[in-house]
Amino acid sequence: MPASLAIETHGLRKVYGDKVAVMNLSLSVERGEVFGFLGPNGAGKTTVVKMLLGLTRPTGGAGTLLGSPLGDHHGRAKVGFLPEHFRFHDWLTASEFLKLHADLYHMPATVSQQRIPKLLDLVGLAPHATKKLRQFSKGMLQRIGLAQALLNEPELVILDEPTSGLDPVGRRLVRDIIRDLRQRGTTVFLNSHLLSEVEITCDRVAFIKFGEVLQVSPLQLLLEGELSVEIRARQLSQGAIAGLSRWSRNVRADGEHLTLTLPGEADIPAINRYLVENGAEIYSLQPQHVSLEDLFIEIVGTDGGL
Amino acid sequence: MKSSVWTIARLTFREASRRWILWVALLLGVLFLVVYGIGFNEIQKDITRQTGEQAILEFNEIYNFLLMAGLYAVNFLTIMMAVLTSVDTLSGEISSGTIHTLVSKPLQRWEIVIGKWIGFAGMLLLYLLLMGGGVLLTAYLLTGYVPPSPLSGIALMAFNAILLLSVSLLGGSILSTLANGVLVFGLYGIAFIGGWIEQFGSLLNNQTAINIGVVCSLIMPSEALWKRAAYEMQSPVAAALGFSPFTTNSVPSPLMIVYAGIYMVVALYVAVRLFSRRDL
Repeated sequence: MPASLAIETHGLRKVYGDKVAVMNLSLSVERGEVFGFLGPNGAGKTTVVKMLLGLTRPTGGAGTLLGSPLGDHHGRAKVGFLPEHFRFHDWLTASEFLKLHADLYHMPATVSQQRIPKLLDLVGLAPHATKKLRQFSKGMLQRIGLAQALLNEPELVILDEPTSGLDPVGRRLVRDIIRDLRQRGTTVFLNSHLLSEVEITCDRVAFIKFGEVLQVSPLQLLLEGELSVEIRARQLSQGAIAGLSRWSRNVRADGEHLTLTLPGEADIPAINRYLVENGAEIYSLQPQHVSLEDLFIEIVGTDGGL
Repeated sequence: MKSSVWTIARLTFREASRRWILWVALLLGVLFLVVYGIGFNEIQKDITRQTGEQAILEFNEIYNFLLMAGLYAVNFLTIMMAVLTSVDTLSGEISSGTIHTLVSKPLQRWEIVIGKWIGFAGMLLLYLLLMGGGVLLTAYLLTGYVPPSPLSGIALMAFNAILLLSVSLLGGSILSTLANGVLVFGLYGIAFIGGWIEQFGSLLNNQTAINIGVVCSLIMPSEALWKRAAYEMQSPVAAALGFSPFTTNSVPSPLMIVYAGIYMVVALYVAVRLFSRRDL
């Protein structure tokens, strides 16, 4: 069992009427990694999550969740899930709510009695254990939802926009929880818009658009690989600028400012020498790592969001 | 693997109690019984005073009429409870999204439908026992009168409520709350009017009218169940002579009761099937 992938899908497809929500999604998430699932609004991210959890039936394709076929309830025994619109039975108190979900995980009462106070403590809701969820703020609901997703000591946690309702303190809490889960070897599947969160927490990311995976790559490699170099120089000739294309496919010149994207830092001295030899007077040259946001725009484009 | 049916059933029952549905119903139920008891008592005092030396048999006819009037109201209230409490339970959880954290747990969807069914059925039985039992007890305490076969009568009324509960769960598995309410009450309306047409048809010996009634009972057997319940509990004299809103002279056969049972099981089965296939 542990040999299998945490999530595996082949050609997953979902069509609602004549609208294709997910085109052809093939994905592998290793056990123990924190996997970021990125894409513009309407890219089909939530539909994918719903298919993984058996909330929605795929129109085509197949997949497994912790080794069980999608839709099989056995696979969900070791999965924790925080839905995007965390709407819960709000007439329950916080601890009753967790007890209900512990029961649904078939957790023995002796175990849940110990785990529930610990989880309430973890998400900072211990003082509100006997308060009804109806009285909770959006952030508190998200926290109790998160506690619910961790009840069964899951092997895989699926978080759909886990920080959308949270203030900065709450976001840090989520980050700490994800880090903690990673240390324990738990797989985390993070569906998020907040790229800064993803940048801090994820091991690997997939970019999806129109229900298809555009690119999957280790985050480290992505962020360290590409460089953006900003140069301020005078006496730049058009010919010299054109000659930069041998190092960079993306050169922008604006007066004395030059910006170019490079695959790595190895070429920087050569570019510097080239510009000087071609008569430029260089005042500054600053290499910068590309942010995930820039990468996102570059890979997904700006036309995707609906 | 353990089943989650009982967890969902408990949740359903607790929701009815926590959201005051059960308590409002029980409170008004007690009020109903108080009003009924006072009214019954007044009428009884009056008739025993006026008629003096009347035969006990005649009193019993009047008591039976009053009893059936009370149970007729209880039947209606229980059906209302059955539909109003359950009409929103699947569609409401789907539209609000509370269903997502339930369905993503290691359970199968039939466990949710059946769990809810058991939870509501328990609540309805409790309600019916209080109300129906209360009416029977009121009559007994005031007059010592006990109708024929009260147990099978109450059992048929319970069956009726659970039948409507099953249909309401079926509608809720695919329709919106409002559409489901329109569906269930629409079916109930057909059954109700069919029952009356059949009643008159039987009185006038009009076979077409009787057939219309039977067809309506096949579309929705709820009124047939009530009529059978009333038949079980009505006095033999009323059955032979009378025609009142609360008694029946066109008795649904035991086959109709079996049909209602099959109807309910099929409704529940289809509810489970539809809900299991639905995208949430």
